[in-house]
Amino acid sequence: MPTTIESWNPGKAENRHPDVTYDEKERLFLEVKNDPRYSDFLYGCYECGICVSTCPSARFYDYSPRVIAQAMAREDIERVYDIISEDIWNCAQCFSCLRCPRGNNPGGLVTLLREVAVKNGLQETKDVLQGYSRVIYKVMLKGNQVSPDMLQPDFFPDWGPWVKEFSANMPVWRKAIPVDTLRGVTDAAWRTDRKTLLELYTIWFETGNMDIIKEIDEGLYDLLADVMQEELEEG
Amino acid sequence: MTENLTTVEQILERKSHAVTRDPNVAPTHDIRETLFELEAKGEIIVQRVPEPYVEMVTKYGRTKKIPIEHTWHHKSCGQCGHIPGYSSSIFWLHRQFGLDYLDPTDQTSCTGWNYYASATSNASAQAAVMSRNFSAAYQTGYFPMIHCGTSYGHYKEIREQLVHHKELRDDVRRILDKMGKPLVIPEEIVHYSEWVHVMRNKFAEKQVVDMSPITATVHPACHYYKIVAEDAIYDPDIYGGQRTAVVTAVLEALGINVADYSTWFDCCGFGFRHVLVQRDFTRSFAVLRKIETMKNEANPDLTVTHDTGCVTTLDKSQFAAKAHDRKVGIPVLSDAQVAALAMGAHPFRVVQFHWHSTDWRPFLDKLGINWQKYWDEFQSDLDAIRAGTKSGITWEDADKPVVYA
Ligand code: SF4
Ligand code: SF4
Repeated sequence: MPTTIESWNPGKAENRHPDVTYDEKERLFLEVKNDPRYSDFLYGCYECGICVSTCPSARFYDYSPRVIAQAMAREDIERVYDIISEDIWNCAQCFSCLRCPRGNNPGGLVTLLREVAVKNGLQETKDVLQGYSRVIYKVMLKGNQVSPDMLQPDFFPDWGPWVKEFSANMPVWRKAIPVDTLRGVTDAAWRTDRKTLLELYTIWFETGNMDIIKEIDEGLYDLLADVMQEELEEG
Repeated sequence: MTENLTTVEQILERKSHAVTRDPNVAPTHDIRETLFELEAKGEIIVQRVPEPYVEMVTKYGRTKKIPIEHTWHHKSCGQCGHIPGYSSSIFWLHRQFGLDYLDPTDQTSCTGWNYYASATSNASAQAAVMSRNFSAAYQTGYFPMIHCGTSYGHYKEIREQLVHHKELRDDVRRILDKMGKPLVIPEEIVHYSEWVHVMRNKFAEKQVVDMSPITATVHPACHYYKIVAEDAIYDPDIYGGQRTAVVTAVLEALGINVADYSTWFDCCGFGFRHVLVQRDFTRSFAVLRKIETMKNEANPDLTVTHDTGCVTTLDKSQFAAKAHDRKVGIPVLSDAQVAALAMGAHPFRVVQFHWHSTDWRPFLDKLGINWQKYWDEFQSDLDAIRAGTKSGITWEDADKPVVYA
């Protein structure tokens, strides 16, 4: 079919996800675009590639912050869907791309895209985050992303014999730290007041953060909600 | 007189001079002015930097107040959980000068690591977590000092969002009301490495270990100087003011030879999600772009950084690379750990070298520190703890600097 001015679609991507309707892809795009932070993160794009030259993920993956800025600026709905369903999880969120001479924040765009992917429970996102649930469980319940008891040889085999030595000695090594809030604590990074944790749970419920968890992993949501609600009821 | 130069020559010319730092031509607004306007309207409380403080110059020539004491230590989960000698060194340094500080239990992490890893949160939740912590600090009268580079960068980003979006402020205020807490934003968001930077000559005065045999490389932390870049400290005497001065300046003050390498701007490879569940990327990047480049270009005894994830990534990624015959083997420490060691902090009771996995023994050997002796001492502490005759190591055991023969 000859290209007409109506069908001419310069530089726009082919439909690589025919199972998802264009309207649905557009809805997701608009959810990103309507985020109040969006206008602070994208001002257009020179295609200069400075962001790519500084991007760690561009070195090791088929990934480009320039493509993300371009696709968003051109409102290339199909390309944005490719990005939201796959590329975003390659980003290292280092924000080296803030070096952009146009004042863009491609890493920030990725954050917004990820938020929308999570909130809408995209299957690819669920797959990517599957092995990560236990970290979400820890951070939401303890207010700490990591704790000494997570350093186990099965989780960090590539960190060498040190992990084995560590896990064998963990309880006593933790007691041998002079900082009062750390000493002896193994299931969190430091000792946190119960009241502080109840306030944190209040934040998760009040900001809709728990609904986000429900969308991405219902089992994890049930586990977390049970513990938090019980604690909050006890007061 | 640059008009006869080619474009490339003009760039090189500009790069060879210190950057003009003039707040009047800064490309961004001074957020502190907006904070005070919001305070005048009764929207927020601005917690003032307590005296004594030192004013430092930041990227665009503005000044930033760095408090010396009366600080509320916003700890880092990655430091406290996996590299506790990082945190204990920061506190130990404060204690050596008898500075007043608070190590709170009414503190959560910023939860930013999870946010950057999985986005299983939203702007309101992230802002509420920050504001809860800042309000808790305000209620104690102590001023927040942030240990983690990611918390520091994340909080600066959230501060921008709170200042620019009224709906976000209203939402956070609604949540804080439920806890009986006011919406507080500190006058400055301060990273501990800025305090280390300000204190560096005081550290040098109390130095007991000669650090001059040591060559070190510096990895400046992305979330310290790339996110809301204008807040980072710069100094024309350090790299001609072209890179942040923190970390490098304290190493130089301690007599360490700081060596340069070409990939200094690269991140460490941490990746937030990657370091936990997709470490092939983290390991490859840390080794191929950072450690090996440092080895090839500077062959340092040590590499030093000022953030949680960077210490973990650069240190722990080296083991597996040995199997591939890569050039690795550079121990990794934070600036605070280096300063504490130089001032006589016990290598294990305070600096906690045993939590680091890349071999640090050659580094201590080069400093003439008989690490075996101090390891044996530490082992008897552990034996006493195991036997139940000692509940743990306390500041009473750790405060006193080691007297090296
Ligand atoms: S934030 Fe993401 S897109 Fe930007 S430089 Fe880092 S890895 Fe690349
Ligand atoms: S650095 Fe900025 S302007 Fe250049 S390609 Fe990247 S997003 Fe576009």
